Parts: sequence; C-alpha cells; structure tokens
Amino acid sequence: MENRPLEYDYTVAKMFMLTTVLLGIVGMLVGVILAWQMAFPAVNLMLGEGLAEYTNFSRLRPLHTDAVIFGFTLSGIWATWYYVGQRVLKVSMAESKFLMFLGKLHFWLYLLVVVAVVGSLLMGITTSKEYAEFEWPIDIAVVAVWVIWGMSVFGLIGIRREKSLYISIWYYIATFLGIAMLYLFNNMAIPTYFASGGIGNWYHSVSMYAGTNDALVQWWYGHNAVAFGFTVPIVAMIYYFLPKESGQAVYSYKLSLLAFWGLMFVYLWAGGHHLIYSTVPDWMQTMGSVFSVVLILPSWGSAINMLLTMKGEWQQVAASPLIKFMILASTFYMFSTLEGPIQAIKSVNALAHFTDWIVGHVHDGVLGWVAFMIMAALFHMAPRVFKREIYSKSLMNTQFWIQTLGVVLYFTSMWIAGITQGMMWRAHDEFGNLAYSFIDTVSVLHPYFTIRAVGGTLYLIGMFLFAYNMYKTMTSARRVDESELQTASPMGA
Amino acid sequence: MFHWLEKHPFFFAVAVFVTIAFAGLIEILPNFAQASQPVVGTKPYSTLELAGRHVYIKNSCNACHSQLVRPFKSETDRYGHYSLSGEYAYDRPFLWGSKRTGPDLMRVGNYRTTDWHENHMWEPSAVVPGSIMPAYRWMFKNTADIDTAYAEQVTVNKVFAVPYNQEIPMADGTKATVKLGATLEEAKAEALEEAKAIAADMKNQDVKDAVAAGQIPEIVALIAYMNSLK
Repeated sequence: MENRPLEYDYTVAKMFMLTTVLLGIVGMLVGVILAWQMAFPAVNLMLGEGLAEYTNFSRLRPLHTDAVIFGFTLSGIWATWYYVGQRVLKVSMAESKFLMFLGKLHFWLYLLVVVAVVGSLLMGITTSKEYAEFEWPIDIAVVAVWVIWGMSVFGLIGIRREKSLYISIWYYIATFLGIAMLYLFNNMAIPTYFASGGIGNWYHSVSMYAGTNDALVQWWYGHNAVAFGFTVPIVAMIYYFLPKESGQAVYSYKLSLLAFWGLMFVYLWAGGHHLIYSTVPDWMQTMGSVFSVVLILPSWGSAINMLLTMKGEWQQVAASPLIKFMILASTFYMFSTLEGPIQAIKSVNALAHFTDWIVGHVHDGVLGWVAFMIMAALFHMAPRVFKREIYSKSLMNTQFWIQTLGVVLYFTSMWIAGITQGMMWRAHDEFGNLAYSFIDTVSVLHPYFTIRAVGGTLYLIGMFLFAYNMYKTMTSARRVDESELQTASPMGA
Repeated sequence: MFHWLEKHPFFFAVAVFVTIAFAGLIEILPNFAQASQPVVGTKPYSTLELAGRHVYIKNSCNACHSQLVRPFKSETDRYGHYSLSGEYAYDRPFLWGSKRTGPDLMRVGNYRTTDWHENHMWEPSAVVPGSIMPAYRWMFKNTADIDTAYAEQVTVNKVFAVPYNQEIPMADGTKATVKLGATLEEAKAEALEEAKAIAADMKNQDVKDAVAAGQIPEIVALIAYMNSLK
C-alpha cells in the first residue's frame, strides 16, 4: 500500500457546511424576533397589519425550533458526517460513484424538504406536535432523506479500510437508528382526504393516537429527538474534533464505552419527565423522573472524558479559541445535563413545568453545547476542506466572548423568569385565595424577557461574525499545505 | 464483546437498536393495551368545533397555552377540576402544550363567553391590560375549512369508531348526540346553524354578514371550539 495520506472528497461536506451557516442564521434570527415579540408585542406587527398572520409569534415559533433543529443542527451533523466518516473509516467518497451520487441526492432532497417546511409552517400547515409539525407528504420526504443518509453511512462503512469503528461512528449509527425509530412511530397518521373518499385538504391527516397515548408517544419522541439530535451526534463530533485539534488521545476508552452504552440504554426511558403530573400513569412519570437522574452518569461520562483528554494541556484552552469553543461546549453539556435531571424531579417539575425555566434549559443546551460544538467542528474542518487557514483568530475570540455573554444572559434571565412565574402561580394569600391574577405573572416578566432578547441578539451577532469568518476563510485566507493541518488548525491574526 | 461489535457494524447496529428500543417496549406499549376510555360527559367534536380546533392548531395556540390542569390546589383554583385521561379520548392530536405564556385553556368554556373571545382576539390588551398576546384579526376575514373538518370526522368515525350519531351519557344524567352529517352538504348546513348561533352573540358586522351569506369565518369556528372546552 502506498504510504501517503488519502485524498478525501469533501464535496458533500461543503454543501452541508453552507446550509449549517445559513439555516443557523435563519433559525436564530427568527428566535431573536420571537424574543423581542415577547418583550415588546408591537414587534408582532413588524411588517404591518396586512402580513400580521405571517409575522405573528405563534406562526413563527415552530419555524424557529424546526429551523434550528432540522436546519442548523441536522446540517451540522451531516456536514461533519461527510467529513469525519471518510477520515475515520479511511476511505474516500470519491472511491464510489454511487456513494457520491447518494451524498448529493441527500443534500438536494434535504434542501427541497427545507423549502417545503418553511412554506408550510408559514401557512399554518402543522400537526401541532413539537418538532414533528410536518404533515404527511413532508414526512414521507423526510423518511426518504433519512433512508438515503442511512445508505450513505452503511455504504461508506461497507467499503472501509479501517476495520474497527471509531467512537464517533458509534454515535452516528445511533443517531441514524434512534431518529428513524422515533420519527416513524410519532408521525403515524391517517390522511383524511383518502380515508374520507376525497373530501377537504389533501395534505391533512389525523393522528393515529388519541389524548394521553398521543402525548406519551409525542414526548417519547420529543425528548429523544433531543437525545439523538442534540446529544448523540454532538458527542460524535467532540470525540473526533477535540482529540484532533488538541493532538491529545481520548482519555479513556472504557469510559467512552460506559458512556455510550449507558446513554443508549437510559435516554429513552426519560421521556416521561415531560409529562409529570399529567394524566399518564403514575409509574411512567416516576420512571421518567428516576431515569432522568440516572442519565447524569452517561452524560457526564462523555463530558468528563473530554475534559480529561485535555489533561496536562490546559494551556491550549487559553491559546486557541477553537479549543475554547469545544471546552465550553463540553462544560455546558455537563451543566445542561445536570439542570435537566433537576427539573425532572417531581417537586421541582411542579414548579418549573410550563415556565420559562424550561426554555432557559433548552437554550443553555442548544446555544452553549450544540451550537458551540457545531461551530467548532466547522472551524476545524474549514482549513482542511478549503486548504486555507482560518481567516481570523481574533474574530473567533470576539465571537466566542460575545456568544458566551449571550448564553449567560439568556439562561440566567430565564431562570429568574421561570422560578418567579412558577412561584407566583402557586402563591396564596392569608385567606387561601390565589394571590395573583395570571396577567400579574406575565407583566412581572418584562425585564427578563428584555434581557433574554438582548442575550439572543448577542448570540445572533456572533453567528454573523462566524458566517463572515467562514466566508473569508473560504475565499481569501492564506493557502496552507497538508503539513500545517496535522493537529492545531492554522489561523490568521 | 465490545471489541468484536466494533468490527462488525451490522451486529453493532442491531445491538444499539435493541438497547434503545427496549425502553419503548416496556414503557409505551402497555398503555396502548388500554386505549383511552372517555369519561362521562366527554363528547366528540362537532364539525364546527373541529374546524375551530384546526384554526387553533393552524395558529399554534398551543405554543403559549396549555390544556392540562395539574392536580394542585393553585391550578384547580385557577382553572377548575384537574384533567382526567378520559377527557382527552377524542383529542387527535393532544393539545396539552409545553409552555404557559398565557393561561391554561382546558376549561375555558366554563368562564369565558363568545363576546369575550371576540373582543380579546381582536385586541387582547384591550380586554386584559398588559397582555403580550398578539391580535388575531385575520381570523375575522379567513374562512374556516369545514370540508377538512368533516373529512376528519368521517375518518375518525370510520377508523377509530368515534361515536357520532350515538347517544352519549352526560354528567347530569341526560344523553347527548353529536351529529355527523351523512354528506358534506348536510354537515355544512349543520355547521352553519351552529355558526349562526355564535354570530348572534357577536358584534363584528363583517362576521355577521359573512355568516348570513353562508360563509363561516375562522373566528366563529374558533369560538365554537373554545366554548366546547369545559
């Protein structure tokens, strides 16, 4: 065998890098609009009375969550898959015309789905289920995209040179299987047009499950879509990119085994914590609560494994903004996976459920962990994909601090807002009457909504810096050759 | 074993799948054996109410309003009796929501009226000073989709045996029957009758004119749905 590094083909990775950046900006921009609408309702009419239907909070809200989950995050997952997959399996996409074709088909079909989703959500075509809003025609297209990705994953694995699957591959496989199972079951619905013999809208459907059962399936899905969209593939990334960028070996193989199989087994049980004190059977609520706490172990297993990978090399955190992004991501992962189980404890949940504390939790996870890790991955990939150094290190540093400040403002304000509102809802006066009317508990939140909107805006500004830095890296940064790409990524001033 | 699995992707994938599917088997399936049984007093939605439910979903009302009263004194004081599983027997999809930016609506029909909703949806902060809810004025113009609501009724009646045109026991000992039109035309006529009763309690002239001309604006359907939530 020739003794030279393989030439990998990053065509598809580049395509998904582009949508990661674009849909990240779209999703977060919509989020920032929503945040300002909650602080200042007049923003609902930002494009005038005539377009109010399409700029209204409730119409935009699913667009925000779906754009960040299925736009930004999924693109990031696929961008890294089409990069990491080849490298750890030691095989190039260019070696198989079929896989290359599948990769491109994957991207273009995905883009088609994105367009359909944006259009239909703005029109109010939704099933109402969180992160499963799409009606059946789009669901079918989503399944097609997913199957194509699966063929691509297992196709590449099938022609691999490195026989042993690296840790990241375990997590990508789990992402594929987990989402496939969850998405299929949760979206089971009957198209009413066909069942009724051609009456009404052709795209409308009715859920296969009713009431409590529907809620159970939905949160089994909703919680684990987070697991297999926001945790598993992001862990896949950090297991690859942190050791690569820092030049350090993963601290412990055994810990990664424990964390992986532990996560696989435990995560699915925890969905019940979304339904505490609801009408689902009590034992399920308790299971959800207990397993949420157990979940700390495998979550922290991965996070600690990553932090210990930096053992003896902590000066790199100070020196490299790229390592900073990853270490902060890992730290936020620990933080968020401790906060989640706390909220899943029944007595805490009684206070926290339905409040902004939950919103805060989601965002310290997604902004602090998911988005930081995806951006770090893209920063690491850019010099290797475009054969240029990262355009500006100082811009990266600026972005890092602006966004960190943004996240901190976001979750601290939402903590205060959530706990304040939860306490006010339950407060009674000395005669046993409710102490506050509902609107009192809304008006009091105004300052926190405003701080949150500022935090979100800062994060969005960071996204624009990120996009600019990536664009300059792609187009005009100094060219580098292979020898500069061994460990730490080359960066311009 | 793990080293072996890591060299055999197929078996690795099978092992992962079994591990993640396990929880679903134990936790989700058992509840399906006992499909939701309606409690006394729970009725299927009429065509107009269901069309209103579609308006509720179309505008993601569930993004800010829950429909789940938890069994705490502070919640039952504010919203009424805590929710029972059977009350949701005809809810496809469920609309419990996950965030209460606004109050719970599970039993809003008990304490809000048609004209309250009309004023509120037109200008929320005029009815509740300090409200951050946006106005929903397009609902006064857009026409409700009765056809799709009827198609859904026919579907759930056929597939899930939802009891339309059958006597249903009510809490006060009486019986109620929710009609399902034999044809779309019959269902539309039925919905229009219901809509007229609601429009009579409204003051918006455009809405009244539309209903008089045989059209049903979204707001009328939505209010029919709101009033049915008890």
